[in-house]
Amino acid sequence: MIEALHDVQVPAGVQAQAIAHLWQWLLAICTLVFVAVMVALAIALKRAPRAGADAAPDVSSLWRSEPKVARVVWIAVGVSTLLLLVLLGASVFTDRALAQMPLADGLHIELTAYDWWWDARYDDAEPSRIFSTANELHVPVGRPVVVSLAGADVIHSFWVPSLHGKKDLIPGRPTTIAFRADRPGVYRGQCAEFCGYQHAHMAIFVVAEAPDDYERWAARQREPAPEPVTGAQRRGRDVFLGRSCAMCHAVNGTTAQARRAPDLTHVASRMTLAAGTLVNTTSQRAAWILDPQRFKPGAHMPPESFAPDELTALNAYLEILK
Amino acid sequence: MNADAYALPAGAAPPGRSERSPHEAATRGERVLDGEGWGSAAALALEHTWRDRPGLLGWLRTNDHKRIGLRFVVTAFVFFVAAGLLAAVMRAQLAFPDNPLVGPDLYNQLFTMHGTTMMFIFAVPVMQGMAVYLVPLMAGTRNTAFPRMTACAYWLYLLGALSLWIGFALNTGGDAGWFAYVPLAGPQYGIGKRTDVWNNLINLTEAMGLMVAVDLATVIFKMRAPGMSLRRMPLFLWASLVTSLMIIFAMPSVMLAANLAQFDRTFATHFFNPSEGGDVLIWQHLFWFFGHPEVYFIFIPALGFVSSIIPTFARRPMFGHDAVVLSLVATGFLAFGLWVHHMFATNLPELGKSFFTAMSYMIAIPTAVQIFCWIATLWTGRINLRTPLLYVLGFFAILVLGGLTGIMVGSVPFDLQAHDSYFVVAHLHYVLLGGAVFPLFGAFFYWFPKFTGRMMGERLGRWQFTLFFIGFNVAFFPMHILGLAGMPRRIYTYAAETGWGPLNLVATIGAVVIAVSILLFVINVVRSLAKGEAASADPWGAGTLEWATLSPPPAFNFVALPVVASREPLWAREADEPTHVRGLSAQTREGLVTTVLDARPDVRYSYPTPTIWPVVAAITVVGWLFWSAMTPSGMFYGLIPPAIAFIAWYWPTQKETAEQLLLERRP
Repeated sequence: MIEALHDVQVPAGVQAQAIAHLWQWLLAICTLVFVAVMVALAIALKRAPRAGADAAPDVSSLWRSEPKVARVVWIAVGVSTLLLLVLLGASVFTDRALAQMPLADGLHIELTAYDWWWDARYDDAEPSRIFSTANELHVPVGRPVVVSLAGADVIHSFWVPSLHGKKDLIPGRPTTIAFRADRPGVYRGQCAEFCGYQHAHMAIFVVAEAPDDYERWAARQREPAPEPVTGAQRRGRDVFLGRSCAMCHAVNGTTAQARRAPDLTHVASRMTLAAGTLVNTTSQRAAWILDPQRFKPGAHMPPESFAPDELTALNAYLEILK
Repeated sequence: MNADAYALPAGAAPPGRSERSPHEAATRGERVLDGEGWGSAAALALEHTWRDRPGLLGWLRTNDHKRIGLRFVVTAFVFFVAAGLLAAVMRAQLAFPDNPLVGPDLYNQLFTMHGTTMMFIFAVPVMQGMAVYLVPLMAGTRNTAFPRMTACAYWLYLLGALSLWIGFALNTGGDAGWFAYVPLAGPQYGIGKRTDVWNNLINLTEAMGLMVAVDLATVIFKMRAPGMSLRRMPLFLWASLVTSLMIIFAMPSVMLAANLAQFDRTFATHFFNPSEGGDVLIWQHLFWFFGHPEVYFIFIPALGFVSSIIPTFARRPMFGHDAVVLSLVATGFLAFGLWVHHMFATNLPELGKSFFTAMSYMIAIPTAVQIFCWIATLWTGRINLRTPLLYVLGFFAILVLGGLTGIMVGSVPFDLQAHDSYFVVAHLHYVLLGGAVFPLFGAFFYWFPKFTGRMMGERLGRWQFTLFFIGFNVAFFPMHILGLAGMPRRIYTYAAETGWGPLNLVATIGAVVIAVSILLFVINVVRSLAKGEAASADPWGAGTLEWATLSPPPAFNFVALPVVASREPLWAREADEPTHVRGLSAQTREGLVTTVLDARPDVRYSYPTPTIWPVVAAITVVGWLFWSAMTPSGMFYGLIPPAIAFIAWYWPTQKETAEQLLLERRP
């Protein structure tokens, strides 16, 4: 299926890199402490003599202090505190590094999370260059990306582990997250805040590509949907506009302008359907359209009964929406 | 008279039934005072005064802290097993990618029920139940201060827990997670009555928690045995005190939140509705202001267990007793400064978040102090390596690892990656199972002889420990790696190409091993109850007061209230010091109130007698809450039955008044 990276320990961008670096510090120091405590415990168990429940307890410590043992305990506490300070410093400096990523010339995307898909609006100073897509972001390698986050219904969370940590999309509390992809590739993300029925099927893909490739992709996304050429494609468009599809979906260049569901203007250019639930092939698309509840129970797309030739025509039309 | 007659009766038979009613004697003007040895007339009178009436009515009316405490523990354990079975279903579902076993609707209920049951119906009640049983015994008194309230708390808890589970059986189990974030749990997205049932449970368990906490804190402050100054107070009492005070500060926050949410749902208020000026983040603040301390009200009693078990099995008093006390108190305070570390991924100000990182690191210091003191105690002691100590050793390994991953997720930048991923699932199970359930099993083994008069099977206990330890690590360690590999929490399925399959299968195998170990525990309990070795009063050679009375203790706990002269009263006693107090009435339920700091005898106290009204009150309160969840008018009319029940509860009876007047006479 889709080969995509999603690993905290394999960062592909400067932000995830900073956090992975912090993780290595945390792992090293915490492993050291764990081993030290376990060794101390093992030595204690090994050196202390054994006794039964009837052995008279040694109560001398109730009246007499034990300065030698106390010294060791204090040293251990002191060392622990110092190590905590080191980690606190590492954490604060990582936080600063994350905040200091330069944002000049940043690409601005407005991401809105719905139950259970992602709506992405690529912003531009010139209104005619703004375009929308869903569940799949393309970003240029090496250029900062600022994503505005908004929750439309319940709380969701945007998390692409190879690029950055997560940020919640909270209704009524818009926020932003900034990241930069430094290596080309496909990075998988998934909603990380429990959001109801289909929390499990709410993936988002970030495709990082060379700036030229990105510009080509963006230019194509700005185009309205291609006109159908063959008879089947024309019939398919009529099916799309005449049946329930157009109630929720938009296809630019047609009268379908609803925004309740993913923008389908260039749906055929996307890798997956239904936020990563299915691979975007002709047969999967047909199966999805006929019975979305089979793959994503609870999703808001209703099942629709199409005659076989209607479905074939619809699929032929969707196929050209590249 | 031999001092041991009060403290450690060698082979003493439990006092039998009195031939003549002490109340008859009292009405004839004879006074029977306590302070005689076991088997004396005073002991018989005490037995008559304190025992419950036989039969169902007596069972329902009881306010004996030992019976109530054990009820809490047994009920909580039943729900622990039930919630564990839900976890097993979830593990079965996640064992393979795209597994069709469980759908999203059921899965969301499963993890909500699992989390809610483990946190609210198992962990807090079991810790409070152990404390209700142990605190009066360890403090050397005859009952808790407000036993009717604690009895009522039990019934509220039982009925609340049953209602949640009956709801689940009727496909109305909560499905918004144990944290029930709005708006998912709000009126618009939390459809049906699932969240209403859940909110009711929160109200009931939190009321239970508060009632028990007030009772325990009162016992610890005011009813300690004479001589048990704060400096001599056992560490478990300190742990219970800190926990109780934390509960009193934290629980109102979540009750407030649950009620605001219920107002949104029932009366269409807009506390959490952003489009009408509400704020969804307020729920998170209120919830976690309780929710983070809650982790510590599960963990701190467990620290108390560990600090009770280690000295007994290292055959020496705790090293650094005062440092451990200060650590417990410090943990209690610091626990209230951590709640935002559950909210690092929200859009709160970054500088504020750093404060919570620092606090999260700071709370590691008191825990480190305790760990080093325990190791020092073992290091300088002589070790009796029995099952309770084994569990404590397992606790060390797992808790230290869980604490260290806690340091990791306490860091804001790293938490942005780990938050709501399986890394956190691993972390929280390491701290909660390792930090609380391992010591709890140790505590069961340790106090089982006191509870039942029989020892638990040692061989089965070792097997159970070994399987639990291995199964736990096999189940939960791989989840750290899964989280780093990007697996989010609370997903009911995942695709094969995510690569999360193999480690999930390993985790599921670990869960099976845990299930086997829990089964061994149940078998061990049943077998030991039937034919376990009979336990003496103090089978482990321990030093605290609960071991000074019979196993199991009689209804009145002590035939004479003990006097304490050191931190380990059974280990270190000066020959010329008094061993007990005498002169309290054996014909009525009388106890001694002592001063807070030095535990000097202050006034005599009449314990409440058993009554049916706490049960009735609990039933009516539960009825009111459910009525109000179903229709707004129930909020008002439903209050009438509880009002009647509470008035009846406090209505004085002529018999009680007459007894009080009798006691007013000079001895």
